[in-house]
Amino acid sequence: MLEIKGLKADVDGTEILKGIDLAVPTGEVHAVMGPNGSGKSTLAYVLAGRDDYAVTGGSATFDGVDLLSLEPEARAAAGLFLAFQYPVELPGVGNANFLRTALNATRRARGEPELDAVQFLKLARAETRRLSVPDDMLKRNVNVGFSGGEKKRNEVLQMAILRPKLAILDETDSGLDIDALKIVAHGVNTLRGPDFSALVITHYQRLLDHIIPDRVHVLAGGRIVRSGGPELAHELEAHGYASVAAEAA
Amino acid sequence: MSGRGMSAAAQREARASLAQSFLARFEGLKARLPGDARAREAAALAFGERGLPGPRDEAWKYTNLRALAGMAFHEPFTVVAGCNGLLDRLPAIAAPRLVFVDGRLRQDLSRLPGTMRVSGFAQTPDFGTLVHPEREPLAALNTMLAQDGAMISVAEGVDAGTLVLASLAADVHGRPVAFHPRHRVRLARGARLTLIEISLGEGVYLHNPVSEVLVGQGAVLTHVRLQDEAPGAFHLATLYADIAARGTYDGFALNIGARIARTEIHARLGGENAVAHLNGAQLLGGTQHADFTSVVSHDAPSCTSRQTIKNVLSGKSRGVFQGRIEVARGAQKTDGYQMNQALLLSADAEIDSKPELEIYADDVKCSHGATVGALDADQIFYLRSRGVPEPEARALLVRAFLAEALDPIADETARTCLDEAVERWWERQAA
Amino acid sequence: MPAVAETLDTVQSVTQSAYKWGFETNVEMEFAPKGLNEDIIRLISDKKGEPDWLLEWRLKAFAAWQTMQEPHWAKVGYPRIDYQDLHYYAAPKRRAGPQRLEDVDPELLRMYEKLGIPLKERAILAGVEGAGLPGPIEGRADVAVDAVFDSVSVATTFRETLARAGVIFCPISEAVREHPELVRQYLGSVVPPADNFYAALNSAVFTDGSFVFIPRGVRCPMELSTYFRINARNTGQFERTLIVAEAGSAVSYLEGCTAPQRDENQLHAAVVELVALDDASIKYSTVQNWYPGDAEGRGGIYNFVTKRGACRGARSKISWTQVETGSAITWKYPSCVLQGEGSIGEFYSVAVTTNRQQADTGTKMIHIGANTRSTIVSKGISAGRSNNTYRGLVRVLPQARGARNHTQCDSLLIGEECGAHTVPYIESRNPTARVEHEATTSKIAEDHLFYCRQRGLSEEDAVNLIVNGFCKEVLKELPMEFAVEAQKLLAVSLEGSVG
Repeated sequence: MLEIKGLKADVDGTEILKGIDLAVPTGEVHAVMGPNGSGKSTLAYVLAGRDDYAVTGGSATFDGVDLLSLEPEARAAAGLFLAFQYPVELPGVGNANFLRTALNATRRARGEPELDAVQFLKLARAETRRLSVPDDMLKRNVNVGFSGGEKKRNEVLQMAILRPKLAILDETDSGLDIDALKIVAHGVNTLRGPDFSALVITHYQRLLDHIIPDRVHVLAGGRIVRSGGPELAHELEAHGYASVAAEAA
Repeated sequence: MSGRGMSAAAQREARASLAQSFLARFEGLKARLPGDARAREAAALAFGERGLPGPRDEAWKYTNLRALAGMAFHEPFTVVAGCNGLLDRLPAIAAPRLVFVDGRLRQDLSRLPGTMRVSGFAQTPDFGTLVHPEREPLAALNTMLAQDGAMISVAEGVDAGTLVLASLAADVHGRPVAFHPRHRVRLARGARLTLIEISLGEGVYLHNPVSEVLVGQGAVLTHVRLQDEAPGAFHLATLYADIAARGTYDGFALNIGARIARTEIHARLGGENAVAHLNGAQLLGGTQHADFTSVVSHDAPSCTSRQTIKNVLSGKSRGVFQGRIEVARGAQKTDGYQMNQALLLSADAEIDSKPELEIYADDVKCSHGATVGALDADQIFYLRSRGVPEPEARALLVRAFLAEALDPIADETARTCLDEAVERWWERQAA
Repeated sequence: MPAVAETLDTVQSVTQSAYKWGFETNVEMEFAPKGLNEDIIRLISDKKGEPDWLLEWRLKAFAAWQTMQEPHWAKVGYPRIDYQDLHYYAAPKRRAGPQRLEDVDPELLRMYEKLGIPLKERAILAGVEGAGLPGPIEGRADVAVDAVFDSVSVATTFRETLARAGVIFCPISEAVREHPELVRQYLGSVVPPADNFYAALNSAVFTDGSFVFIPRGVRCPMELSTYFRINARNTGQFERTLIVAEAGSAVSYLEGCTAPQRDENQLHAAVVELVALDDASIKYSTVQNWYPGDAEGRGGIYNFVTKRGACRGARSKISWTQVETGSAITWKYPSCVLQGEGSIGEFYSVAVTTNRQQADTGTKMIHIGANTRSTIVSKGISAGRSNNTYRGLVRVLPQARGARNHTQCDSLLIGEECGAHTVPYIESRNPTARVEHEATTSKIAEDHLFYCRQRGLSEEDAVNLIVNGFCKEVLKELPMEFAVEAQKLLAVSLEGSVG
């Protein structure tokens, strides 16, 4: 279970998160929606442990472990996966090699045996087929020369292979056509189960037609201003953030 | 004889002999020279030791002064009239101007500005603090023999508009002369100035100016230089600039004249968020030689330097570019970029290029690029197939090549003046 | 037990063949007195039973050297070398070696372990006295018999294969005796004896090195890498290598070793000459990992090497690949003189410096023939308080119609106290030539690191991954088995540089 209490964070001395309270019980998928500049991506980065974000108050625990005290890789080993809004390109680093290194680092941290190249490729190929991602994506360098859609698919592929307990999708739907959107949704939906939870950060409701959330939260001005069921997303779509935020205020 | 084919020993001897003649002139003149006598003596000592730079000096690897070393230079007459022909060649710019003839400020030909303080070095000599006579031999020669120059200062917060600084070589004697003007431009905090410097002349002469430029905090100096010296001239200009926090030195130098020209710039970014643009273009033909040498020192964090240098070389001309970006330890978040391109328009032209990075800080973004080649045959063919005659097609493509360097010049007066100079160069090439 | 008998047999045959074929000359040699003069050169030449012409050649080089100045233009600093305080003829290594593995610098041993070098081989590489000796074999104390056991027997097979193909591969001192006409024709034809200070010194006093001759039309049936790796130990401080590829032939050669080698000689001044005739191709790969000195920069090898290849024939090709991680000072510019029409020169380099290391390395591409092409890819990585300089020259002469060069040099800085420098010289005198140069300097981007760490990689692993990616273009040029080792080597070299 992800539990965020009174979380505050600064970027370059400006307070962006002003006290977030949010709980995602294990097995549930929650959506965080909000206008541009509301702090959605900041929340994702703070949870994943990015350096430039200074936590100034509050707490975030995952299954009772204090996330904020861990290095980014330890959070990953604890089961947290962030699907980046803008996945970086790693020139010269092969995707398969990268994924195997990541997977084995995580397995090592969990005390599980590492996979050799053959075992890994078998696993990876199975996932590429399941997600209808072309095999050659594994051979290419990480995100180098990928289109926007390909990058997002690659994030989903990585998620499928790394099997996180908690996935945070940071506007993974931005810039995607409907086919890519379905692949992303399919990737998340197949992971859904009693041991998996997800925080889907999005600006638009359309992704939530494919990933039906258990709860929807509205983030505005650095705080969660409203929470509700999946119907809240439709309400936002119909009336816009302004009215919802005003109503909450 | 030009000196090509001279043995290394003979060249060395010629350089030493010219250096001796300058030192002798200093001995003869020094009692009458203005300013700090000790600075001059120190410079003379340095010049005596180093002499004129030779091919073994790394900084002069590609520019051989043997043609200069073969000359004997005389002192220019100090008061003359009759440079009207040259005045007419100055671009018509409706702005105050300082006119120097053979290195002497001519109040009678100048139009003094009201927006800034201007005086002659002869009256208010000041060698400043940035020049390194012990490092640069030509700066030593200048410090030793400088007699006049422009001392310009703009007060805090003042936008001083545009000032033209014209250097004319009048050739009244009909024999080679040498002059070494010493300029200083100082912009106080938040001040602004557009300085358009134009060098023209007739005959054979050595124009060896040294400039010290101080750009205060948040100040902006746009410094456009047009060098269109006489075909027999030697133009060896050295500039030292120090740019304070948030200040901008926006420099552009166009070299189209002179037999041998060197534009040497030492720019130091001394305060955070300072900016230096050291752009330029060299259009050469015949047996011309032009050398653009620059050193940008990033001494403070978060500074930016930008450099685009274009060479267009025809005939047997030779273009040289040497550019070094230095990033000091601790100058984090430095952003340095340098691009040097050359178009070789003839079989006998030559380009030598040495872009250097010297970096002692890790959080930096520095890059440089260099390309050398001819006009693209496919492009020429494309234009011709659309009905553009070949000479025009070539001219079109060369202008397009130059545009990248010229386009950032926002000042319209300066831009017009440069565009006209480029046109003149084309006409000369066609002739 | 038959296995033991077989082992002893093999040891003996190997030892004998090594004597006949081996790279080391007889080790029962005395120290010549310190210093360099004509008498020492005569002694060297005499000891090696050289013909008169070679002695004359050496003496001429020595005369030239005496008039030359040690170059100081490279961006490296070191205390003055007293050239009269060196032994120019000796076999000091076996005497100077530590007595037991326990006496060796533990850092060095730890590195061997990381690189996965077998225990016995570690001792040999570290120069432990008597290491690798299954039994007392007179005069063979520094021959790495044991560790290279299997390999040497393999080498014997290699030798037969090579001989069948007509390939000559032997110590250069042997080539002087067995193939004097070839050596005389090509020695010094690419790097003239008076080419530069270190080349002149090498020409005067070189003691050994390798000679390779690939006859017309022959593709060397194997990579000379493995073979050389086994035999090239202790080639001495003034090594001389000459490779000649006749028309239509091809060879791939690898020198060096990923394991850091301990050596008592602080100064190394090797000369490598390559000659490629019409349509011939030579691929020369180097993994240089000499002792870099300790963290404070004490000790360590000065590596002042002259490497040059002449593409004499039309469409010939010479390709240099180097991975430089060792030595206190590296001064090295493997170059190509592109004479033959349509000939190709390539330079792929990774140079890593850490602690107090200094590297000034790059290449020269001299375009003489029409339609010659060259490619330069240089990757410099600086960490600690080291300085890493790329210095390169691309020169296009007037007759090099249609010449092409592309240069890419990238520097990566790790830490605030290192330096990365780029000093290219570009000289073009032909309008139809096209020369392109690009250089970048940066540190490892924070967002790249974060991305990797988000996926669970430790910071160090993330850096290794990114560095290997940064170097990939070069590493892929190495022969396969070395590419893997080189990757490991990069990781080990940069260990402790991060964070």
